[in-house]
Amino acid sequence: MPIQPVITDLEHLKDRPAVSALRSASLLEAAKFDRNELTTYVNRADIKQACEILRDSPETKFNFLADITCVDVFPSEPRFEVIYNLLSHSRKERVRLIAKVPGGDASIESVMGLWPACDFFEREVFDLFGVRFIGHPNMRRMLLPEDWEGHPLRKDYPVEGYR
Amino acid sequence: MILNMGPQHPSTHGVLRLLLEIDGETVVKCIPDIGYLHTGIEKTCEAKFYQQVVPLTDRIDYLCPMTNNLTYCLAVEKLLQLEIPPRAQYLRVMLNELTRVNSHLVWLGTHALDIGAMTVFLYCFREREELLRIFENVSGQRMMTSYFRIGGVSMDPPIDFWHKAKTFIDKFSDRVDEYEGLLTSNPIWIERTRNVAHLTADDCNSLGVTGPTARASGIDWDLRRDMPYSSYEKFQFKVPVTNTGDVYGRYLLRVQELRESNSIARQAMEGMPEGPHKADAGKIVLPDREKMKTQMEALIYHFKIVTEGFTVPAGEVYQGVESPRGEMGYYVRSDGTAKPYRVHMRAACLANLTALEKLCVGRLLADVVAAIGSIDIVLGEIDR
Repeated sequence: MPIQPVITDLEHLKDRPAVSALRSASLLEAAKFDRNELTTYVNRADIKQACEILRDSPETKFNFLADITCVDVFPSEPRFEVIYNLLSHSRKERVRLIAKVPGGDASIESVMGLWPACDFFEREVFDLFGVRFIGHPNMRRMLLPEDWEGHPLRKDYPVEGYR
Repeated sequence: MILNMGPQHPSTHGVLRLLLEIDGETVVKCIPDIGYLHTGIEKTCEAKFYQQVVPLTDRIDYLCPMTNNLTYCLAVEKLLQLEIPPRAQYLRVMLNELTRVNSHLVWLGTHALDIGAMTVFLYCFREREELLRIFENVSGQRMMTSYFRIGGVSMDPPIDFWHKAKTFIDKFSDRVDEYEGLLTSNPIWIERTRNVAHLTADDCNSLGVTGPTARASGIDWDLRRDMPYSSYEKFQFKVPVTNTGDVYGRYLLRVQELRESNSIARQAMEGMPEGPHKADAGKIVLPDREKMKTQMEALIYHFKIVTEGFTVPAGEVYQGVESPRGEMGYYVRSDGTAKPYRVHMRAACLANLTALEKLCVGRLLADVVAAIGSIDIVLGEIDR
């Protein structure tokens, strides 16, 4: 099977419903279509509004939050890329929303008002990366013990650990 | 009163700790406390080659190890944009469905055991023993098989595998009738499970619940049918969806799924195409042993793959698969080297666990046990 190239040009992608919905609200920073998957980049201040548009707009109807995760791209800044995976049951489509969060002020707004499903996902990202979700009612460690110091999935934390 | 349903408890199906605030026998608040099985698998994957991550994935959801393998292999094959031969795809489907049967048998046995029906446990594990022998036949391991590899399956199944699988598949539907005969019209079972722990469809969507738990509440979504992968589109199967939303409804739905999975495994076995069981990609897939011992290029490829791994072009993918518990997804990001940059597992049970508070509040303490059993959680997947 020949390798499909990555499409990052917004002109080619503007017909996709997720891209056009975000563009009409001028929230889209960039978009990428790679290996049959659409990725959109938004500013971290707009994340709640972007999720609301994608969930409620009739062209997109991404009613299901599948996953929230994070990638640490230390040493480049902004350090954390918080990734939201949305799924539309009616249109059978997925979209990935990425918001970049700087390392110094690692916080982003929580989407608890839109999907209560984000509860454990956001707690896990806080636990393992240290990104705080503002507006989450229960922002504390989940997988690691409460008195653990450090955030293990960051790239400057060794695989073997400190103990 | 705050009651601690501690990490060691026979009914929590793993090391789950529940802080229950109860008023008499009624549950007022239910707070799950997890992390007792956290082993840092996501961090470990970043230090290993792509092919070395496959045995790690087995141990995440240890009741359906082949499903984990399949999700990871499909994700990496998407990154590599590698095409898998049809025989490997059918083998993957067949063993994936047998793994689903395996997982549902454990669910049924332990769920019934928690509520008090001990005979069902022994019956289910009798079938499970035969399935584990089949898995051992095909891969050498009973549980943590690591049979699916990036590029296909590791070896063609041995000659007696087909006979063993056919014997199991042919008589399994009678066995399901036995389980149903013990439980479905049993008045004690119905009293314990009917109208207990109700979950509506809106709750499922907003809480992120997927799989049989959501289908029993009326959400008609199954990744095998709606976003097919690994040649699932070639199989005929019904996706049972009911509207009851209680523990009894989830029980009936999973028993129907047992029958459907058996039928898919039979279709895969009868329609199994001939051909190679691995993709034709010398730098990614290990060559056969005979070729490795006689041909120079095969030997060099084998050496390179084992010692240095293979590079994967930079990019990110998310592959979702219908596991016995719901949508299991792997997010794999590659930076162009031989080790993954980030592997994240979207555990179906972690999202399903957020529904536990809603299921338990306002109900009796004994219903908490039935509710936990009906969601079918596996702590390995939740904690990773």
